Amino acid sequence: MEQFLQQVVNGISLGSIYALIALGYTMVYGIINLINFAHGDVYMIGAYIGFAAITYAKLGFFPALVITMILCAILGVVIERVAYKPLRNSTRIAVLITAIGVSLLLEYVMMFFVGAEVRSYPKVLSGEVFHLVGVVINIQQIYIVVTAIALMILLQFIVHKTKIGKAMRAVSVDQDAAQLMGIKVDSTISYTFAIGSAFAGAAGVLVGIYYNSIDPLMGIMPGLKAFIAAVFGGIGSIPGAMIGGLSIGIMETLVSGYGNSMYRDAAVFAFLIIILILKPTGLLGKNTREKV
Amino acid sequence: MKALTKKNLLILGAILLTFTVVQGLISVGIINKFYEITIAMICINIILAVSLNLVTGFTGQFSLGHAGFMSIGAYFGAVINLQMESTGGFLLGIFAGALAATLVGILIGIPTLRLKGDYLAIATLGMAEIIRVVFLNLDITNGAAGLSGIPRYTNWLWLCFFTVATVLLINNFIKSSYGRACISIREDEIAAESMGINTTKYKVMAFAIGAFFAGIAGALHSSYFYFIRPDIFGFLKSIDILIIVVLGGMGSITGSILAAILLAVLTTYLQAFTAVRMIIYALLLVVIMIFRPQGIMGTKEISDLFKSKKKDERIG
Amino acid sequence: MKKILVLLFTLVCVVGLVTGCGGGAANENENDNGDVAATEVKIGINYELTGNVASYGESSVKGIMMAFDEINAAGGIDGMKIVPIKVDNKSDPAEATSLATRLMTQEDVVACLGPATSGNYMATIPVAMGNEIPIISASATADEGVTVDKKGNVNEYVFRLCYNDTFQGVTMANFAANNLSAKNAVIIQDKSSDYAEGLAKNFISTFEGTGGTIVVQEGYVAKDKDFNAILTKIKGEEFDVIFLPGYYQEAGLVIKQARDLGITAPVLGADGFDSPVLLELAGADALNDVYFSNHYSSLDKDPKVQDFIAAYTEKYGVEPNAFNALGYDLGNYIADAIKRAGSTDPIAVKDALAGTENFVGVTGSFSMGADHNPVKSIVVIGLKDGVQSTSVKVGPK
Repeated sequence: MEQFLQQVVNGISLGSIYALIALGYTMVYGIINLINFAHGDVYMIGAYIGFAAITYAKLGFFPALVITMILCAILGVVIERVAYKPLRNSTRIAVLITAIGVSLLLEYVMMFFVGAEVRSYPKVLSGEVFHLVGVVINIQQIYIVVTAIALMILLQFIVHKTKIGKAMRAVSVDQDAAQLMGIKVDSTISYTFAIGSAFAGAAGVLVGIYYNSIDPLMGIMPGLKAFIAAVFGGIGSIPGAMIGGLSIGIMETLVSGYGNSMYRDAAVFAFLIIILILKPTGLLGKNTREKV
Repeated sequence: MKALTKKNLLILGAILLTFTVVQGLISVGIINKFYEITIAMICINIILAVSLNLVTGFTGQFSLGHAGFMSIGAYFGAVINLQMESTGGFLLGIFAGALAATLVGILIGIPTLRLKGDYLAIATLGMAEIIRVVFLNLDITNGAAGLSGIPRYTNWLWLCFFTVATVLLINNFIKSSYGRACISIREDEIAAESMGINTTKYKVMAFAIGAFFAGIAGALHSSYFYFIRPDIFGFLKSIDILIIVVLGGMGSITGSILAAILLAVLTTYLQAFTAVRMIIYALLLVVIMIFRPQGIMGTKEISDLFKSKKKDERIG
Repeated sequence: MKKILVLLFTLVCVVGLVTGCGGGAANENENDNGDVAATEVKIGINYELTGNVASYGESSVKGIMMAFDEINAAGGIDGMKIVPIKVDNKSDPAEATSLATRLMTQEDVVACLGPATSGNYMATIPVAMGNEIPIISASATADEGVTVDKKGNVNEYVFRLCYNDTFQGVTMANFAANNLSAKNAVIIQDKSSDYAEGLAKNFISTFEGTGGTIVVQEGYVAKDKDFNAILTKIKGEEFDVIFLPGYYQEAGLVIKQARDLGITAPVLGADGFDSPVLLELAGADALNDVYFSNHYSSLDKDPKVQDFIAAYTEKYGVEPNAFNALGYDLGNYIADAIKRAGSTDPIAVKDALAGTENFVGVTGSFSMGADHNPVKSIVVIGLKDGVQSTSVKVGPK
C-alpha cells in the first residue's frame, strides 16, 4: 500500500510536468490547429534561459522565472510571426513541416552554442525531502504540482473571463467570422503564442530545477508526451490538458512500477489509441458534427 | 488497351537507358563508392516517399508512422539474410518483410483509419513507437545493440528494379479506379461515401500498399547499410520521409522523386559543413516551406507541365 | 510562375551536383600535391556531433583535437602536420557508413577515428575492410562484431583502445561478490544502449557464477529523467548492491533519486560513470558507496595523468571525462603509429597499429593484442562524498 501511494505521488509529479507543457500546447493547437513541434524546444530554451539568469546574472528563483517567461513569450511571438504567419492560408501539413524545421533549428542552434553535454542546474530551491505516512515527498514535487494547478487556473481565467480570452475562443471557432466581428485575428494568435510559450519556458525552469539536468535535445520526448496528453484530454481544453498530463504520468509510473518499465511508452501509446478510437475527440474534447 | 503503346515503350527505354548508363559509370569508376551510397539513399528514399505519398498525398490520410513499417521490413530482411547469406535469402527477406509490414498495416489500419487528421497522425505515430519498443525488447532483434554484419546484396540492379517497380505500380494504382476512389476520399470523405465508395476499404488498401513498399525499402536499407538498430526507425525518421513528400508536393509522384534527389544532394553537399549542417538544413526547410508551401510540384506531375504548355499554345 | 520556380529548383539541383563533383575533384588534386610533398597527413574524424549521443562524440573529439593540437604545435609527425577532417554522422549508422566512405574515397585519409558508440562504429567496419584503411575507436566496447567478426576472424583494419564489455562486466561482478560480499543484486540498465546491454549480460553471468542472485532487472532509456517509479519498485526488494550499467547523464539522476528515496545500497557502474557531470547531477551527498570501473584514476600519481588533467582543465575549463581521456589517447596513438610506420600508407599504418608494444597513455599503458583489443589493466574507483577516495587495480586477463 505504501508502495502504491509512493507510486501515485511519483506519477502525479511526473504528470504535472507533462501537464505544464501540455497547457501551452493545447492553447496553440486550439487556436490554429497546428501541432507545434517547436513547443518542446521553447521549453528547452526556457530551461537554458533560466540557467543563464541564475548562474550568470545571479538572480533568484522568481526573477529568473519571470525573465524566462518574458523572453520565451517574445521567442514564441517571433516564431509565429516569421515562420507560421506567412503560411496561415496553406495546408496544415505545410505548417507542420515548418514547425518541424523551427524545432530542428532551435535544437541545433542551441547545440552549436552550448554543446551537446548535459548541464546541471544551479540550486535555487531547497530539495528537502520529508516523509508522510511512509511516503517520501520532495518539496520540489509540491512546487511543481502547485505551479501546474495555479497556471491551469490562471489560463482558465484568461480564456474564459478576459476580453483577449473571448477573442481567442472566437478565433478558435471560426477565424473568418471572428475577423468580421472586428477581432484582430493576428494579434490574438500572437497573444496565444506568447502565453503558451511563456508557460513552456516556466515548465523548462521548473523541470531544470527538479531533475537538475538540461540538454539541447531535452524537449523532444516531453514535447511529444505533452502533445499526447493534450490529445488525450481533448485538444483545446485546458482542464483536459491537466487531466491528460496527470493520467499519462500516473499510467507511466504504474506500468513501470508494476509491469515492465520497458513497455512504459508502448503502453501509453496503446492506451491513447484505444481512447481515440472509443472517443475520437479525447476525454473532454467537444464533439463537432461534420457538415457537407 | 494495348500494353505496348508508344508512351510505355518510351518509358521502358528511358529506364533501361538510365540503368545502363549508371551501371556503366559505376563499373568505370566515375561514380565511386561514395556517390553509390548517395544513389542508394536516393532510391530508398524514393520508395519510402512515393509509398507515403499514396497514403498521405493521394488518400489524404496523415500518417506519421511510416518508419515503423520500414523497420518491420528492415528486421525481417536482416534476420532472414543473416540466416541465408545468398541472393535468394535477400529476395526472400525483402518479400517476407514487405508482407509482414502489409499485414501489420492492415491490422493497425482497420481500427485507426477511422480517425481523422491530426488524431490519425498521433495514432500512427504511437503505433510506430510501439513497433520500435517491441523490436527493442525482442531477443531475435538483439535489442538496443542491433543487428550487425548484415551481408550487402543490395546493388544498383536491385535498387533500380525496386524503385522503378514501386513508382510504376503505385502510379498505375492511382490511375486505376481504386486510385480514383482514394483521391475522392482525400477531396471529400463524406461526399465520396455518399457516392457509394467504401471509404474504410480504400483507406486500408492504400495504407497496406504503402506499408508493403515501406517494408521493401526497409529491407533494402538493412542490406545496404550493414547494420540496423531500433532507434534508427524512430519518429524522426517518419518525419524525414514526410518532409520529402511535402517538399515534393503532396499528391505528386514525380514531386516525391525530385524531392528525394534534391534532399540527398543537399545532405551530401552539407556534409562538408560539419558544425552548422543541421542549422542550415533546418533553415532551408523553413524557408522553402514559407516560399513554396505546396512543395516543388504541388499536385502536378512533370508530364502535366508539358500538357499544360500544349494547352496554352492551343488557346494562344 | 510555377514553371519558373520548377526550373529554378532543377537548376539549383544541377548546380549542386556539379559543384559537388567539382569540389570533390579539386580536393583530389590537392591531395595529390600533398602526397608528393608529404607535408601533411590527413586523418578522418567520424563522430556523433549531433543527434542522440552527440555528447559522447563531442567529448571524444575534444580529446582528439587536444592531442592533435599538441602534436602540431611540437612540429607534427616527423615534420608532417596532422590535418584532421572532422565530419558529423548525426548518431546515425547509415550516415556513419556514408561518411566513412566519403573520408576514405574522397578525402584520402590515412586512418579514420570513431565513431564513439559500438553500433555506429560497426556500421563503418565493412567500409574500412573494403578500402583497406584502418579505423580506430576509443569507446566501441561491444563484445561481438567489432574487432573480430562472426566467424572468429580478426578484422584486419579495425582497432579499439577500450576494454570490451566482458572485461568490465566481469570485473564489477567479481568486485561485488568479493570486495562487497554481495549476494543479491539489482540491475538498472540503459536499455537503449548496446554498451549497457553488454555490461549487464556479463555482470549477470559472472555474478550468478559466484553464487549470487539477480533479484530484479529494470531498464530505462537514454534521456529519461524520472526514475522514481522503478526505484520505488526495487525499494521493496531485498538486495545488497545495485548494478547500474549506463552513462553518467542518467546514472547521476538515478543515484540522486535513489538516495532521496532512502535507498542506501552500494551502486556499481562502469567507465560510463567517469565524468565530472556525474557529481554535478547527483550531488556530493548522494555519491557515497559508489564504485565504478575505469581506465585510470585521478588519484594516480603518474605525471602523465596529472599533466593531462591539468592541461585539459586549462584548455576547456572543465575536468576531463573518460571520453575526453580516451580521445586524447586515441589522437596520440594514431600519431605514434604513423611515426613508427614512417609512411602515410594506410597498410603500413595498420601494421604499426597492430604491432603496438607498451604504448604509454593517460588511460593506461597497453600493447595491442592479437585480436586488436588492447591488453591493459582496469581500475575500480570508489567515491566518497563525490570524490575519488579508493582505487583498486585489476590486471589484464
